[in-house]
Amino acid sequence: MENFFSRYKNPLVLMAVLVIQVIALATQVKRAENPNAANSGGTRLIRVWTVTAVAPFERALVSTGHFFRDTWHNYVDLHKVRKQNLELQEEVARLKMEQVRLREDAHQAQRLQALLDFKERYIGQVVPAQVIGTSGTEQSRVIYIDRGSHDGIRQDMPVITPDGIVGKVKDVFPLSSQVLMINDRESGAGVILQNSRLQGILRGTATGELNVPDTIMSDEKVEVGEPVVTSGGDRIYPRGVPVGTVASVTPDRENDSFLAVKIKPAADLNRLEEVLVVTKVTEQAPAVASSSAPQRAADILAERLPSVSKPDANAGKPATGPASGTGPANTAVPAHSQNVPQSGTGKKPETPLVLQKAVQKTEQKKEAKPGAEQKTAGPNPATTTTGQSKAPAPAIAGPVAGANAAAPKPKPKPTPVVTTPPAAAGASQPKSGFAAQVKKPKPQASPSPAAVPPQSEATKPESERPPAPVGERPPR
Amino acid sequence: MNAVVSLTSREEVDVHHFSWPVSLGIPALAIFIQVYVTRQIRFIQIFDLPLLVTIFFAVARRRPIPGMITGSLIGTVQDAMAGIPIGLNGIAKTIIGYLASSLGVKLDVDNPGSRFLMTFGFFLVHHLAFMVIDLGLVGTSRPWEWGHTLVAALANGFLSVVLFAGLDKFKQRM
Repeated sequence: MENFFSRYKNPLVLMAVLVIQVIALATQVKRAENPNAANSGGTRLIRVWTVTAVAPFERALVSTGHFFRDTWHNYVDLHKVRKQNLELQEEVARLKMEQVRLREDAHQAQRLQALLDFKERYIGQVVPAQVIGTSGTEQSRVIYIDRGSHDGIRQDMPVITPDGIVGKVKDVFPLSSQVLMINDRESGAGVILQNSRLQGILRGTATGELNVPDTIMSDEKVEVGEPVVTSGGDRIYPRGVPVGTVASVTPDRENDSFLAVKIKPAADLNRLEEVLVVTKVTEQAPAVASSSAPQRAADILAERLPSVSKPDANAGKPATGPASGTGPANTAVPAHSQNVPQSGTGKKPETPLVLQKAVQKTEQKKEAKPGAEQKTAGPNPATTTTGQSKAPAPAIAGPVAGANAAAPKPKPKPTPVVTTPPAAAGASQPKSGFAAQVKKPKPQASPSPAAVPPQSEATKPESERPPAPVGERPPR
Repeated sequence: MNAVVSLTSREEVDVHHFSWPVSLGIPALAIFIQVYVTRQIRFIQIFDLPLLVTIFFAVARRRPIPGMITGSLIGTVQDAMAGIPIGLNGIAKTIIGYLASSLGVKLDVDNPGSRFLMTFGFFLVHHLAFMVIDLGLVGTSRPWEWGHTLVAALANGFLSVVLFAGLDKFKQRM
């Protein structure tokens, strides 16, 4: 027996070492089926020790490299700096002039943004980090950053750059963290195509590419170059962060009914230097119940629509116009729309120059067409039927009017002479989902039941159906 | 009779050992370069420095057990750094360490040509073992890129000729 062991000592040791590693590997594979138990136990310790041992050297090397690079750039390589300084001063002067012009455009864009982003998430707090290492192999797409648990980094925190998302924190060590990039095959992120509003799950491949498999039907139209942003549905990445652009659209080889959409990442994942770890994502939810959403939309639209009469003029006269929005349920104002001038504040909102011109043109048209003005301020047909001239009208002009058009009406409803903004106009289409946010007024604010014919669930207007989230497609 | 001849042959083969700083520092440096430098220079990913170091130490020591243990430790640390299941590189490099040290007993592996061929072959064996373990144990499938693998094997073979010549200076004859 002793002779056997001494003779086959080497193969036996080899078998023992292999068996130990196979058992360790099998344990990890089994734990990976349960995500909560993954990366725990002995293998976790091995990673912690290894990374903790290597990370200080990496940090030291990176810091040394930066020291020499900065020394060279800041103290030695200073020729052409004077000329560059003059050029920059000229550019600053030019940019200041441009900034004045852009500021006005920015105000307008902010109001449009507030209209569209009711439930948008905002990035609350970020921690800048330096990339200090990679996996070193092509089998995995991970990077190491010089921020760890001491800096407040936690597992599953999103990592982004100003260009787009990078990945999420996979493992956290005291002084460093491991980030799983979005082009790793184990990675996934909820995304939405910005133009077509199609949603999907972004996945990495073994070759480091990004694609959206098995979610977009082949009859959908997806154009190359279309921007892709995060949808926020994965509860990891904040909503609306750029992901990339559509690089190619081909029929799925495995399933002809779907499209294989390849994505070109917005962030250069191969040359990452500094990244941002989003340590706090604050969801700016509406401060009031969802029933007040139509009023918010109405208020914002009322500010923008030229045909809406001023709230001061409507004081004590509820619902004389189609877009007055001064019902009892309209008193609550959402927190996130505090900066948006409300029609009920009595203060005239600051209107951009473009809108002021549009208002002037529309008022000129009204003066030229008194009949149109009569239509706008005329009584609601429903109130005419019931004889209740004081009943409040629908809170919003554009989308609600479009939604009500689907319901059977005894008489054709007079069309308000207003110019629907592009955002509201697009909301009447099924894909936008904006019309679902704008609910119809409550029953008590509506005319008597006799005035409104009973509707089946199928014939209900879209505004009475359960609302879909903004920007999300209804499920197939 | 054959056994006596074999033992005589083994005695004629140079068996080297290395100091502790070299035994620990060179594998650590290889892993460190593999992790850090590949961030700056992407094409270096085609090289597998930990594998080359494993082969070098195993061949120089010409003892299977230290060779396989060296491969096992290097592979495990590489797995830990790479974020993949620990054991993938560990098992593959254990096998390579054993085979390389066994081969070093029987062949002259100090010749540049034999070093190139040996590294070329071991790289393919390592890749094959890695794929088999990944497919069979972990249950994932990676695309088998023959062209890329052959180019990588050639590149590692050429690098081994240069690298091993430099590492020979650390050898200490027993």
